[in-house]
Amino acid sequence: MEERNVFVKEVVGQRYKYGFTTDVRTEIIGKGLNEDVIRIISSKKGEPDWLLEFRLNAFRWWQTQKQPDWGHLHLPEIDYQDISYYADPTVGRPSDAKPGEIDPELMKTFDKLGIPLEERMALAGTAVDAVMDSVSVKTTHKKALEEKGIIFCSFSEAVRNHPDLVRKYLGSVVSSHDNFFAALNSAVFSDGSFVYIPKNTHCPMELSTYFRINARNVGQFERTLIVCDEGSYVSYLEGCTAPMRDENQLHAAIVEIVVMDNAEVKYSTVQNWYPGDSEGRGGVYNLVTKRGHLLGVNSKLSWTQVETGSAITWKYPSCVLTGDNSQAEFYSVAVTNNYQEADTGTKMIHIGRNTRSTIISKGISAGHSQNSYRGLVKVSPKADNARNYSSCDSLLLGSQCGAHTFPVIDVKNETATVEHEATTSKISEEQLFYCNQRGISTEEAVGLIVNGYAKEVLNKLPMEFAVEAQKLLAVTLEGTVG
Amino acid sequence: MLEIKNLHAVVDGKEILKGIDLTIRDGEIHALMGTNGAGKSTLSNVIVGNPRYEVTEGTMTYNGQDLLSMTPDERAHAGIFMSFQQPVEIPGVSMANFMRAAVNALARSKGVNAPKSSDFLHLMKSRRELVEIDQKLINRSVNEGFSGGEKKRNEIFQMAMLEPSFCILDETDSGLDVDALRIVAEGFNKLRRPETSAIIITHYQRLLDYIRPDVVHVLIDGTIIKTGGPELAGQIENQGFDWLR
Repeated sequence: MEERNVFVKEVVGQRYKYGFTTDVRTEIIGKGLNEDVIRIISSKKGEPDWLLEFRLNAFRWWQTQKQPDWGHLHLPEIDYQDISYYADPTVGRPSDAKPGEIDPELMKTFDKLGIPLEERMALAGTAVDAVMDSVSVKTTHKKALEEKGIIFCSFSEAVRNHPDLVRKYLGSVVSSHDNFFAALNSAVFSDGSFVYIPKNTHCPMELSTYFRINARNVGQFERTLIVCDEGSYVSYLEGCTAPMRDENQLHAAIVEIVVMDNAEVKYSTVQNWYPGDSEGRGGVYNLVTKRGHLLGVNSKLSWTQVETGSAITWKYPSCVLTGDNSQAEFYSVAVTNNYQEADTGTKMIHIGRNTRSTIISKGISAGHSQNSYRGLVKVSPKADNARNYSSCDSLLLGSQCGAHTFPVIDVKNETATVEHEATTSKISEEQLFYCNQRGISTEEAVGLIVNGYAKEVLNKLPMEFAVEAQKLLAVTLEGTVG
Repeated sequence: MLEIKNLHAVVDGKEILKGIDLTIRDGEIHALMGTNGAGKSTLSNVIVGNPRYEVTEGTMTYNGQDLLSMTPDERAHAGIFMSFQQPVEIPGVSMANFMRAAVNALARSKGVNAPKSSDFLHLMKSRRELVEIDQKLINRSVNEGFSGGEKKRNEIFQMAMLEPSFCILDETDSGLDVDALRIVAEGFNKLRRPETSAIIITHYQRLLDYIRPDVVHVLIDGTIIKTGGPELAGQIENQGFDWLR
């Protein structure tokens, strides 16, 4: 049948319900990036010398590098001198505030985002570290976790209270010379979360960090470090939103995860940074390096991500499978609409014997967006019996958008088994009409089909997140067909 | 009551329906026969509002409502159901979720509460048994990996779930073996209420042996050239269409 476009029309206006701003006194340092700025950030946080050296070392290397341009993206040359690198929204507290007391405005903001911070209201079963701009506002359920020996706190606090742990693992998975954006983050990172699960401990609740950008012209450079010691387990969730603004905002984060013998980490992300408007104005540049090191034998790590936001996403949560018998998983749904561009995927680096990895990637593109899967499966000479299964599916809504896959397979051990499957499909006019004839509206039919398509990944999310993510998919694609 | 007057329709720029007049009263079963390409499926698709087909002239009402100004889902909510000749597969969407969405949308359109999960599952089970469709099929994605016969049976299952007042069976009998045909037809008859009306498009007498039509129409080249009683179907089965031209 002739390809027709009657169902596909432009998105009139997308509903981004987190686009508000918080009016709160924020201390912002002047725009620009140089060693002095880095010294200011470090001194504001009262950091030890070794950490300042770590930052300066990263900065000096970064200056010799160029912004990468290999992504299937239209990432402009960013003027790094036109951005402020530190914004503290917690300075507005009255001078007589008790320690730990939070500005009610910030409380309200997180309430509005569905993240109550007051201890008695805090989400049951989930401990939250709430980060706005460059500073962690509050971490909930800390006491209950401390009783188990679990450390869950803001990164700044970890530097103060657990310097040896931070020093041991910081940069051990993502080196400060790993890539351009990782180096930038290593130089200027402000806050983020630190997690340490001691040996033989099953973390009794979900740990979660909520990242919020609020201030204008400020970049967010957070850093997350998770160490899961022998025989332990933790499930960690990350969420993010930002106000609607016409200019772009830079977000360059690093997540490092270390998994020891017989330990397991599940890391889930629902990324909903402001995606820009229907004309492609504004939105967050989400340029993130995430990597886990499966250091121990029998260790397990799974990344699950639902990417619906950001004007540009450049992100490859990866796994280095060093421990024998270690298992890594990557489950991803990336949705792009309007003029969004996503270049996302994973790297699975098999080093240990009998290591296994699974990649399930689902791309959904609508509007004029471009959605790319980029992946590397590498089996090193010593990785006997390594196995990988990859499945990369693309779903197109409309004919103005694009879906691309860039898989690389590099096998240096002949006992390895590597499978790769890929499909591209389109929601057809017949499918929508079939749903319509049964009384299901087009909008609902798209939601049904997209959620069905993404089910395999959504099922990997913790229950509450999965429901949110389903709604988010439907909202993101609202108006793409009709 | 479905009332169609002087209906003209084009698909891909070609006029297929050239002035159809058709009235189907509540409770009546009309069989529609005709050569391939005569416009039978076009007529069905136009009634349910498939956007591939463009109506260029004429009127069409159902119980007084102007169908031409209604979207396909609104027509479905008005009680019109089509059993597709070639049902499409919808990967990833389970039959249960699909039916749930359809049943809930119908309830919403009537301003009543959606059935409770337990009631819905009970309805699924009883209707599934009526058309003797296997639970395994219901657990799969919509029509995915169904055989031709299973797809047709699944169409009647959906009809059973939604209890339409006006049914279009578009060559539901083709691809069905004798037993499946009997099950589908008996299923239809069990569900049928006194006011249920239907258009049955078929090339064969055998389905009409189970579902006895009140009126038989012969559609050739976009117009109804002959209308008669049930005996007309038998004549066509024996003599073809040439004697009518």
